[in-house]
Amino acid sequence: MTTTARPYVGTALDRVEGMEKVTGRARYAYEHSPDELAYAVPVQASIARGEVRAIDVQAALTIPGVIAIIWHRNAPRLAPADNAELSVLQSARVAYRGQYIAVAVAETLQAAGEAARSLSVDYAGEPHDTELRADHPGLYRPEKVNAGYPTDSEHGDPDAAMEAAPIRVDATYSTPAEHNNPMEPHATVARWDADGLTLYDSTQGASAVRATLAALFTMPPANVRVIASHVGGGFGSKGQPLAPVVLAALAAKHVTRPVKLAVPRQQMFAVTGYRTPTIQRVRLGADVDGRLTAIVHEAIEQCSTIREFAEQTTTPTRIMYAAPNRRTTHRVVKLDVPTPSWMRAPGEAPGMFALESAMDELAIACGIDPVELRVRNEPDADPESGEPFSSRNLVACLREGARRFGWADRDPTPGARLVGRTLIGTGVAASTYPAYRSPSQASARLEPDGRYTVRIAATDIGTGARTVLTQIAADALRTSPDRVTVEIGDSALPPATLAGGSMGTASWGTAVVRACEALREQVSRSGDLPSAGLEAAADTKEEIGAQERFSRHAFGAQFAEVGVDVDTGEARVLRLLGVFAAGRIVNPKTARSQFIGGMTMGLSTALFEESLMDREFGDYLNRDLAQYHVAACADVRDIEAVWIEEDDPHLNPMGTKGIGEIGIVGTAAAIANAVHHATGIRIRDLPIRLDKLLR
Amino acid sequence: MKPFDYQRAADTRSAVAALSRQPEAMYLGGGTNLVDLMRLGVATPAVLVDVTRATSEAIEESSGGGLLIGAAARNSDLAAHPVVRHRYPMLAQAVLAGASGQIRNMATVGGNLLQRTRCSYFQDIAKPCNKHRPGSGCPAREGDHRNLAIIGHSSSCVATHPSDMAVALAALGASVHVEGVEGTRTVPMPGLHRLPGDEPERDTVLEPGDLITAVELPALPYASRSRYRKVRDRASFAFAVVSVAVALDEADGVVRDCRIALGGVAHVPWRATLAESALRGAPATAEEFTRAADLELAGARPLPDNAFKVPLVRNVLVRVLSELAS
Repeated sequence: MTTTARPYVGTALDRVEGMEKVTGRARYAYEHSPDELAYAVPVQASIARGEVRAIDVQAALTIPGVIAIIWHRNAPRLAPADNAELSVLQSARVAYRGQYIAVAVAETLQAAGEAARSLSVDYAGEPHDTELRADHPGLYRPEKVNAGYPTDSEHGDPDAAMEAAPIRVDATYSTPAEHNNPMEPHATVARWDADGLTLYDSTQGASAVRATLAALFTMPPANVRVIASHVGGGFGSKGQPLAPVVLAALAAKHVTRPVKLAVPRQQMFAVTGYRTPTIQRVRLGADVDGRLTAIVHEAIEQCSTIREFAEQTTTPTRIMYAAPNRRTTHRVVKLDVPTPSWMRAPGEAPGMFALESAMDELAIACGIDPVELRVRNEPDADPESGEPFSSRNLVACLREGARRFGWADRDPTPGARLVGRTLIGTGVAASTYPAYRSPSQASARLEPDGRYTVRIAATDIGTGARTVLTQIAADALRTSPDRVTVEIGDSALPPATLAGGSMGTASWGTAVVRACEALREQVSRSGDLPSAGLEAAADTKEEIGAQERFSRHAFGAQFAEVGVDVDTGEARVLRLLGVFAAGRIVNPKTARSQFIGGMTMGLSTALFEESLMDREFGDYLNRDLAQYHVAACADVRDIEAVWIEEDDPHLNPMGTKGIGEIGIVGTAAAIANAVHHATGIRIRDLPIRLDKLLR
Repeated sequence: MKPFDYQRAADTRSAVAALSRQPEAMYLGGGTNLVDLMRLGVATPAVLVDVTRATSEAIEESSGGGLLIGAAARNSDLAAHPVVRHRYPMLAQAVLAGASGQIRNMATVGGNLLQRTRCSYFQDIAKPCNKHRPGSGCPAREGDHRNLAIIGHSSSCVATHPSDMAVALAALGASVHVEGVEGTRTVPMPGLHRLPGDEPERDTVLEPGDLITAVELPALPYASRSRYRKVRDRASFAFAVVSVAVALDEADGVVRDCRIALGGVAHVPWRATLAESALRGAPATAEEFTRAADLELAGARPLPDNAFKVPLVRNVLVRVLSELAS
């Protein structure tokens, strides 16, 4: 074992699979083509609520190359599932427009597509309700919200404190439904053989897909293998198995041939989850020098009738600012809409748009600089749990950002900077994201040739996970990255948590470090290397279960400069700066991509993204990348992400906090605040479209 | 996708013959819109007749001092052509404001003129639309119409024509050379496209089998002082919320002549003839520009969610006229 190593954590190692990717050798799920392959094209319901009475498949079956049309009458039976989204083709019920009601399987993609289109479906339609409104009679209090948070929280007497506060902000903000649009669509190649089921799947978590599919098809998990070597983005939409992967497995079982299924872009707007629209009321009470006395944040959101998904919209408000009196709530209504799910920073992203817009409104109401207002309300400990923060450097981020951005000279007067026909303004907002960690297993092996192999069922969804795990393993093994091969993306590897919740590096890294430490110990005990090599394993379940009580969060500050055309209302972001404090940064190159990627998505949220619900038909209308706008390169002009050194001993062996999601949190508020500074117009409902700014 | 035959026409005559022989055939240019519509099931041709080699790619100065643009010329080549850039800058700007570099490399001039509306309902065959299924109704009126027409629409259709290029061509008064079963003819812009009336399935005045072979720009010396301004929700790769194409002939503070066309407002690239005549001979002032814009927009009948386009068009038109005048 070499001892010449330096720390590789903290260095800008190039992506270890970079060459494979740019030369096209890296194979994504859809690029696997087993022999005897057939193609599947799913069919979506064209009613928003009701039943499929019958499907006339005759015309479809006469199309050359068509192998089968599968629907609830002839579909293989699945075991019942907690998540009804997974019970694909198991009943006649239609819970939302776009739900899968059948699948066409054929020798070619084209024949399958034509067969899918030629089906004649007889529905018993029922009236539908797809409109989220603040006064909906169906609103209820869910038992808990996503990620296991309590639904509501209350401390002190927020109503009385609001009443007594000399300065008050009481405003309602809304955010639209938004859809994940990873470059790579959800795709699966499913193959059954004597050993069970093999899936090449575009997923953020192979272990979870294995467990779920094994349960649905009533098999031991060992009989399911899920391979996800490379994944072209997910943002949460591939975080848990949903209908498409089940449909692929079910179709392959029915036709007893391998089946390839990719979800067309248009179908993603119904079947692969989305960010719920929200209606949020924020009330802030403060004394005249801007110190908060009350914070109330109440969120309303939607889910489908078949699966409760309650997003944790107001949970960041529980940790952001000090105030003795506070309340946060979540209420949900079940509508005849597609099932919402995770989208980058679920909860934090829309929640912090509302809170950080309200903080800007409070700064104006108090006549205090918005950076200073936030500094003034910095809590000593977690304001609700009372736990100490493991580390908290929001103030440092705000100060560093203000310095870099040139904030000091800012004139707070709105609508006062006209350059040509463009109004210029600047805005700031805070960012935060929890530092989660989940149990995972890993193995580390010293090969007979002296190289190392580290195995863990982690997933690299484009983040650089394979690369940073290589760096972490190299340091733990006291070797260099080129002597370490990290194998990930396969459920046959030691089970691991998904690439989600910004917890991949922390969770997988802990398991990798522990496995490498165990291997080093074995090596030092064994003297000579046995001809078969040496191997050690680790499971972090106990370690994580026993971790100390701390409030663990990453923080950041985002600064935006916008220009708004006074004649057209077009808002363009001229500059965007993010400063983050997120523990130790393992790889500055891949980290920067995560930060600016999140900020770009935040810019997109601020100005563009909006899934339009068609009330008459009950579906999201703008179902392609021409109609559902995400930021284009021309929209991202000057973007910079930096971070401050943060040494936090209470996190994990690497000292890392997650960085995948924090970049999107706060961006939209910073931009909306800058738009207000530019124009004097406060936009409380996203996105900030030009017609809202036209005067 | 419905199976189809692919044929490549060697010349315009055989292309026209191929279409008249096969009623379910369609011409294929760059395919940047048609192929999408085939994937969506909106267009279901049995035969595609590729005309990119049958028609010319050339862009040449014509005898009358104008410019003759072959129908197969790629949008990128049109925008980059020195004569277009210098003598008809608004046309180059319009083309460059559309789509993306990759799409412009594929898209042809003839095909650009014939692209279909991007109305969401038109692109979804599971929903009614008088354009893709005549008589089935128009859900856009009550549904999503933010991006749709404010002028010249009918009870059966509120779609807009999506082309940027066509707006500049309408302003310039281009002639479209057409070869049909009966022979060749020219159709003046903006007369190529038609208002929806009660036949919204017909975007243009072209008859079955008609093939656009070229587009001819007239000599219009003052068009060297012209501009295309596109207002859009994002900075690139977005259809116009509204757009204006303006050429201005102004001297000594007086408008001698002008050409104005509007995009994103109607089923056709909308030539603003009322505004043009109001401005001819008028002082080149913001007041007159506003008056002319208001005169044109007096005929607007916006729907609830696109009423903002009326002040938007007025603002942009006044802005561009003012910029050209100064």
